[in-house]
Amino acid sequence: MAGLTGRALIAARCARFFKDGDFVNLGIGLPLMCVNYLPEGVDLWLEAEIGIVGCGATPSWDDVDPDLIDAGGQPASVIKGGSVCDHTTSFAYIRGGHVDAAVLGTLQVDQEGNIANWTIPGKLAPGMGGAMDLCAGVKKIIVATDHCEKSGRSKILKKCTLPLTGANCVTDIVTERCYFEVGEDGLILRELAAGYTVEDIRACTEADFTVADEIGTME
Amino acid sequence: MRSKVVNLQEVLTKFQDGQTIMFGDWHGELSAEEIITGLLEKGVKDIDAIAVSGGMPDQGLGRLIVEHRVKSLATTHIGLNPVARDQMFAGELDVEFIPQGTFAERIRCGGAGLGGCLTPTGVGTDVEKGKQKLTIDGKEYLLELPLHADVALIKAWKADTAGNIKFRLTGRATNSYMAFAADTVIVEVEELVEVGELGPDEIDVAAPIIDMVYVRTGEKKPICPMWQRAKAKAEGGKK
Repeated sequence: MAGLTGRALIAARCARFFKDGDFVNLGIGLPLMCVNYLPEGVDLWLEAEIGIVGCGATPSWDDVDPDLIDAGGQPASVIKGGSVCDHTTSFAYIRGGHVDAAVLGTLQVDQEGNIANWTIPGKLAPGMGGAMDLCAGVKKIIVATDHCEKSGRSKILKKCTLPLTGANCVTDIVTERCYFEVGEDGLILRELAAGYTVEDIRACTEADFTVADEIGTME
Repeated sequence: MRSKVVNLQEVLTKFQDGQTIMFGDWHGELSAEEIITGLLEKGVKDIDAIAVSGGMPDQGLGRLIVEHRVKSLATTHIGLNPVARDQMFAGELDVEFIPQGTFAERIRCGGAGLGGCLTPTGVGTDVEKGKQKLTIDGKEYLLELPLHADVALIKAWKADTAGNIKFRLTGRATNSYMAFAADTVIVEVEELVEVGELGPDEIDVAAPIIDMVYVRTGEKKPICPMWQRAKAKAEGGKK
């Protein structure tokens, strides 16, 4: 999708990781925007921690059902062929390696594939919810994040300084400026957003990274 | 078969100060709301609560937190209850954060006679502090211990008079496994049916597990305050 920038570009790029029929968990906010950019012919089984396989669109207020809610307690729907299960089964899907991919927002991520997105000690402590289980059990952990904090500080670090949500689990990092794959030996810059150069990314990224032989344009 | 159907006064005889209470719910939704109102009115306090979240200030367990009835909370998330957050930072509410899959499995262990479970969740994070770590086939796991309560407060859709219960849609969430993990299990339902009306494969939790059945007297499926506000806002925006 040409012409996208910012968070829309992040969501669209993340959506391109998915194949038809993938079983995917999307975090609230930016990650959930991925459903708006799925490639033609790609339908997903969306997982909700509360116990839904096949979450559908948010229902209108006339169609809400107090017995059908999503992980955030908001009205939910189930697609044709979708199912509900109890919460232990939901996490058997997640922790048992049955979910193909999860897209998570973050506070920090680092070049070793560590992610810190659940607490800032003394300031922010909503709880980790299901994020640690996703990090422990899902095959592909895609971090979808602004490249920098509002202050301009890089969110992609050599080493996370906040308490970790998951260790050595992140496989991909997508920002509005570029896409990094997390390889065995560190980050590999694979794609650049239109208008950015490798030097631009070096200037705004604390983490070390190598540059792929062939670098693509992020879309 | 003996009927387990009771009124609210009989339910409240099972509660006293200082108990560990499990609340089947989700952010305070899908919860035994009328019994919680009863707990508030009876003045039950010093509760050690176990619930997947801190509820909302005007919904479920959150209402007990707002009234300072809860002294500790084993949970996964309190993001929808700013009062719980403030009490935690002020040192008034002792919060133990547990990863959500581990929370579910610890309670399942508590109800299934297991001495704990081994999970990879939390390895390499602060969650592993103070826990035994075991390596099985080259992979590290944390030993997580069972959770059990004095009373479990369960919400279901239907019950028969013997105590068989049935959930509806996401209403099963945490209610299903918490029903196994307490000395006394009380279920609040919307509808009561005769024994035999729920067939063998329609029963989610079997009668022997349930101690008391309380049938809602108010609205069967109220829309929670958070939804009511969002709906009013959406409709106001259209005008």
